[in-house]
Amino acid sequence: MKKITKEQIIQAVKSLFLEAVVVLPEDVCEALETAKGQEESPLGRMVLEKLLENKDIAKNESLALCQDTGFSVIFVEWGEKVIFDGDNLVEAINEGVRQAYKEGFFRKSIVNDPIFDRKNSSDNTPAVINFELVPGDNVKIIAAPKGGGSENMSILRMLKPSDGLEGVKKTVIEAVNNAGGNPCPPVIVGVGVGGTAEKATLLAKKAVLRKLGEHNNDPRYAELEADLLKEINKLGVGPMGFGGTVTALAVNIEYFPCHIASLPVAVNIQCNSARHKEIIL
Amino acid sequence: MVKKITTPLTEETIRDLKTGDMVEITGVIYTARDAAHKRLVELIEKGENLPFSLEGAVIYYVGPTPPKPGAVIGSAGPTTSYRMDKYAPLLVEKGLKGMIGKGQRSQDVRDAIIKNKAVYFASIGGAAALLSRHIKSAEIIAYEDLGPEAVRKLYVENFPAIVVNDIYGGDLYEEGKKRYKKS
Repeated sequence: MKKITKEQIIQAVKSLFLEAVVVLPEDVCEALETAKGQEESPLGRMVLEKLLENKDIAKNESLALCQDTGFSVIFVEWGEKVIFDGDNLVEAINEGVRQAYKEGFFRKSIVNDPIFDRKNSSDNTPAVINFELVPGDNVKIIAAPKGGGSENMSILRMLKPSDGLEGVKKTVIEAVNNAGGNPCPPVIVGVGVGGTAEKATLLAKKAVLRKLGEHNNDPRYAELEADLLKEINKLGVGPMGFGGTVTALAVNIEYFPCHIASLPVAVNIQCNSARHKEIIL
Repeated sequence: MVKKITTPLTEETIRDLKTGDMVEITGVIYTARDAAHKRLVELIEKGENLPFSLEGAVIYYVGPTPPKPGAVIGSAGPTTSYRMDKYAPLLVEKGLKGMIGKGQRSQDVRDAIIKNKAVYFASIGGAAALLSRHIKSAEIIAYEDLGPEAVRKLYVENFPAIVVNDIYGGDLYEEGKKRYKKS
């Protein structure tokens, strides 16, 4: 059996965040370049130019792309044949986060209690960790620091089956329209359809991590992604909400079977600082 | 054309600012976001002094990353402004003249801007590394316990922003969306 040590986990998580917070993924850079060519608003083009300039400064000077270095969201796909050689996997992940946010001079944005104390935990822990057991002997870790401004624009709607395709479209378009300039457009729209309330929400979050330019394998969902992107870019919101023709860079939909009584739709909105980085151990 | 303005803001400066104007701000501005706003408003309600004078002041909604050794500040872009809407009208009434953030404001804030002759600017969210270059000095003046949410006194040079809400009732988000909306 393959073994992975505590130290391997700490180092992997740490290096993922040190890079993810500073270096904008190549596909996102390309999408922003393309958007600059497509945007009709001069002010919108200026915003896109500044974002491109910003990602160069961040990378060259090892500075955070955005001051909101996010909630440390982590997806772990753990191969069933792999053994963790340690006593506390969650703590190992949190230690990786702790070290990255300290060494990277990243902002610590987590408060220990949401209602009463709201005291900063001072090391950006705990991370939000989503574990999944998968076949095989690999461990994949995805680090996806998520800013509060765009996460706050996320929604969940429990639609009726009779609301159907039109209901889903309306829900997604309204979410982006209502969010306006708040989540720092151009955004990536993650949509989770089906499952239960928590399943749809998780699918929506996973959907924003998909590589730009890739589409759902089911041609019907791929077509829906294209339709929604077209409709969203007609809204007029534009870069930073100042008005324009590029409001979203992509709409990514993930789906799951659902109950005969349900049609859950979750929308997770990812800001222009679409940061994520993965590693396979 | 970019309008160069200096702080503290005067009524004369504010009269000249119109929705959609690009500006470059030079002078002292203060940082405050959610938790600091709550405390500032509590002080006003208790009739106590604030850690800085609101007269002509500009507040930047930002919680910067920590400075690296030798740096003035870390990355420092705007946070979403609507979370401060509950507190902003009172601050504007007490003399605050400018706010820098991102995203649309409530009707109460927009009314307070018109009534008290203030202005709301947006900066570019996601351009935090670039914006930090315009910040020449930074000093925590209150609420150090809040960490990134502490109140900082910044000196900025040619800090780029755009006028969203002016004293004439303009709103860049509404106007921009109307202009580019397609059926």
